[in-house]
Amino acid sequence: MISEHTVKAFDEDITRLRGLITEMGGLAETALEGALDALIRGDEELAERIVADDRKLDTLESEVDRLAVKIIALRAPMADDLREVIAALKIAGVVERIGDYSKNIAKRVGHIEGRTRFEPLTLLPAMGEVAAEMVHDVLTAYAARDPALALEVIASDKKVDAFYNSVFRNLVSHMVENPATISSAAQLLFVARNIERIGDHATNVAEMVYFAATGDYPLDDDS
Amino acid sequence: MHKSHTLPWAGLMIAAVAAVLLISAGVVVPYAIAVWVVWSLTLLISQPQEPLVIADQRQEGISRENLIGMIENAHSPLLLVDRKRVVIANASARALLGRHVIGQDVRVAIRHPRAIAMMNSDSHGEAIVSGLVRRKDVWRVSRFAVDDRTSVIELVSKTAESDVSRAHTDFVANASHELRTPLSSIIGYVETLSEHPDDIDSDTAKKFLDTILREARRLQNLVSDLMSLSRVEAEKHDRPDEPVALNALVERAAREGAGLDRAERVQYSQDGDFEVRGDPQQLEQLVRNLVDNALKYGRAGTPVDVRLSESSLGEAKIEVKDHGEGIAPEHLPHLTRRFYRTDPGRSRMSGGTGLGLAIVKHIVERHHGRLDIESELGRGTTVTVRLPRDGIVKFPVPTQTTETAGLSQEGG
Repeated sequence: MISEHTVKAFDEDITRLRGLITEMGGLAETALEGALDALIRGDEELAERIVADDRKLDTLESEVDRLAVKIIALRAPMADDLREVIAALKIAGVVERIGDYSKNIAKRVGHIEGRTRFEPLTLLPAMGEVAAEMVHDVLTAYAARDPALALEVIASDKKVDAFYNSVFRNLVSHMVENPATISSAAQLLFVARNIERIGDHATNVAEMVYFAATGDYPLDDDS
Repeated sequence: MHKSHTLPWAGLMIAAVAAVLLISAGVVVPYAIAVWVVWSLTLLISQPQEPLVIADQRQEGISRENLIGMIENAHSPLLLVDRKRVVIANASARALLGRHVIGQDVRVAIRHPRAIAMMNSDSHGEAIVSGLVRRKDVWRVSRFAVDDRTSVIELVSKTAESDVSRAHTDFVANASHELRTPLSSIIGYVETLSEHPDDIDSDTAKKFLDTILREARRLQNLVSDLMSLSRVEAEKHDRPDEPVALNALVERAAREGAGLDRAERVQYSQDGDFEVRGDPQQLEQLVRNLVDNALKYGRAGTPVDVRLSESSLGEAKIEVKDHGEGIAPEHLPHLTRRFYRTDPGRSRMSGGTGLGLAIVKHIVERHHGRLDIESELGRGTTVTVRLPRDGIVKFPVPTQTTETAGLSQEGG
């Protein structure tokens, strides 16, 4: 828990900054859940709504940027406050990217033909679940300033990567066997790629959360 | 308040000392006494100001501490928000969202876009959000504005209800699972019999054929139960109006439900003549199902009482009572759910389909009646069905089964 500051306005700024970040997170989270849902059910209306909603994320991101710059310029934060502001600045960018990838998934919903019989489609929901879980958890970790939960998120990125590899292999062999469906399968390949990127970005946010809470970067153990 | 009644002893003493000093300084005694009296009186007169000050403090001090006390132990999570900041979170809110939300922007606690949009408007409002704590949970977020900067946010879990609606979709999956189990054992045994006819002696073959027959019967029951369930459900909203003489029907259906070999365990009694408007086939099925359940789950050899009498509200009351092991209270609310079993193994052994009570419930609902299940562990279970009697419905009858015995609505 960060203790109160002598300048109350500074406190308010930080609180507002955190509020904006979680609001962005909420939007990105719903966009991802909705995009996966739209993809599985072929709901093009929902997909369109998600694409339209992405604008809100952009507006919020620029609001975060302005507020963070203002805090740094006016209050010259130190130590954990500085970390908080820097992390917020970076997280906002990454969360915005997560929203973009979700939008991208939603955009592809209309391009998949013969979905009821399209068997590769069944591979993606499980992968999407893991990524959505990561995004949800990392936002909760940010809200609670919980480095342990952040580490857990970082660990589950491996699962998404493993899913991506197997989905990739499956889709490629599906394309070899059914050349007629190549265009739909290629769309799914991009969807899988987007989900994989979302997992990576959730990991980035988790690293920021860990950094803001502890002052250290988590050890990178996959290199 | 009682503070105003205490005398200002210190002031009175000072006045007295002053009077003594005046006397010793040579002032005449009556003057000194007069000074002392006037001094003391001024002290007493100035006193009443104090209660006013106290009252003012009270009015101001009521807000925060008392509010914390008021909401602290409420069951549903409550947040008090002052200009977008969470200032108070009660015990269940802290347990749900974590201690860290206190002092934070309310968006940190609830980040769903719908909830944020609702909280940004100034009026009362509510929103259904998912993923509040865990990803798939569902909550209703309600906002009550106290004044223009303060508001109370209440969270109500709707996860269970959304589970119920999910149960509808799960039904198909469940049903096909239930249908597949007997089918696969039939296929398995038939395959063995036809592929190795010479290796199987007649005893084993007999055993196999018995199993096949049993499973086939189960399948038959299941299909006919599913059929009647969907039939009852389809007609759920049009109330049947054929006049039915209950006495003969209940007695006959109870006998049929028992079958020849268990007929002597059923003890039928009646208290008056009853006629209701209803669907005779469905009412017969209702009694058959209840009697069959009672015989199945009652201890072997114990009687099952079927009793027809008048309820305190003048309805026709059918009670079916067994002497079995009873049902644990935690199962009671779920008994009318499709395919719900307190003990899956035993239910399957006795040929249960898991649909009997679901059918009963739907029949009762269609007849605008009420269904109660009471059970005591070790003593047995009593199922009571009350049906409004023909022509004497004096009050609006609830269309749903009551929940007095903890028996909730469906599941399917």
